[in-house]
Amino acid sequence: MSDHDHHHHDHDHDHDHGHDHAHPFQDDDKVHSYYQILGQAMKELLIEKGVVTADEVRAALERRDGITPANGSKVVARAWTDPAYRERLFKDANAAVAEFGIDMPTTHLVAVENTEDVHNVVVCTLCSCYPRDLLGLPPAWYKSKAYRSRVVHEPRAVLEEFGTALPDDVEVRVHDSTADMRYLVIPRRPAGTHGMSEEQLRALVSRDTMIGVTTVQPPSAK
Amino acid sequence: MSATLKAGDIVRVRDDYPIGHIRTPVYIRGKTGRVEKYFGDFGNPETLAYCLPTDDRPLYKVRFLQSELWPTYSGSARDSVELDLYEHWLEKV
Repeated sequence: MSDHDHHHHDHDHDHDHGHDHAHPFQDDDKVHSYYQILGQAMKELLIEKGVVTADEVRAALERRDGITPANGSKVVARAWTDPAYRERLFKDANAAVAEFGIDMPTTHLVAVENTEDVHNVVVCTLCSCYPRDLLGLPPAWYKSKAYRSRVVHEPRAVLEEFGTALPDDVEVRVHDSTADMRYLVIPRRPAGTHGMSEEQLRALVSRDTMIGVTTVQPPSAK
Repeated sequence: MSATLKAGDIVRVRDDYPIGHIRTPVYIRGKTGRVEKYFGDFGNPETLAYCLPTDDRPLYKVRFLQSELWPTYSGSARDSVELDLYEHWLEKV
């Protein structure tokens, strides 16, 4: 039983008192799924057998959680402002992001560029492949069955639900990450940003623009 | 294994339903598209997933028109989906 049983006293007083008994802690006493239990058991066995230490697991999770879309924003802003970097990025994206100290040893990054004619959007219909080294952990909707099944089938309807309406003469190109490649969308640089520095441009580039479900807005629209 | 397909080739995805860890989504099987790029050779996930000895397979980016995938597709006729597919799933048309 949880430690807030003391709230189960006789509630004979007036409940219309403007709050909903919200508690500041999160109730995580949920039933774990088969795979959560399997994962937990695997972790415990690996620690027991000395393959990894608990601290190594913790540190790996901490490192993972520490990656933010700021990594991707740096790459986009550099590609916008440095034509030679842009060229290197489309030739060998792993090497180009390594210039920022971003190491992707096990995956192959592919940068895809939005243009006047093509709008790119990324999905993994089979699981949740995502350029985590550049964008951090994927948002819940990216992993949802609804997004994964619908964006390859009715991408324009999905984009509209994200507030992104694209004209018919723009090709919507969906990238289904089915193998070893991870996709990073290089969004279009908005008009009215000509005099901005690379650092200022970074701030315009959000996670969702690099997944491709929205576009970068000029600073005046913010 | 060396790549036998190249950019521009028209390919059909095998319409096959083997049991196992298959990275070729069901929605694309039997569909026809165009090779955009050869990525190089990569470990075959169908054996890698079971920690079995594996061989590298040529991997390609293949573009499919939405109208080829979904007969009722209502967006632009140019709209497309690209997938990364291993050579043993592709047949040259």
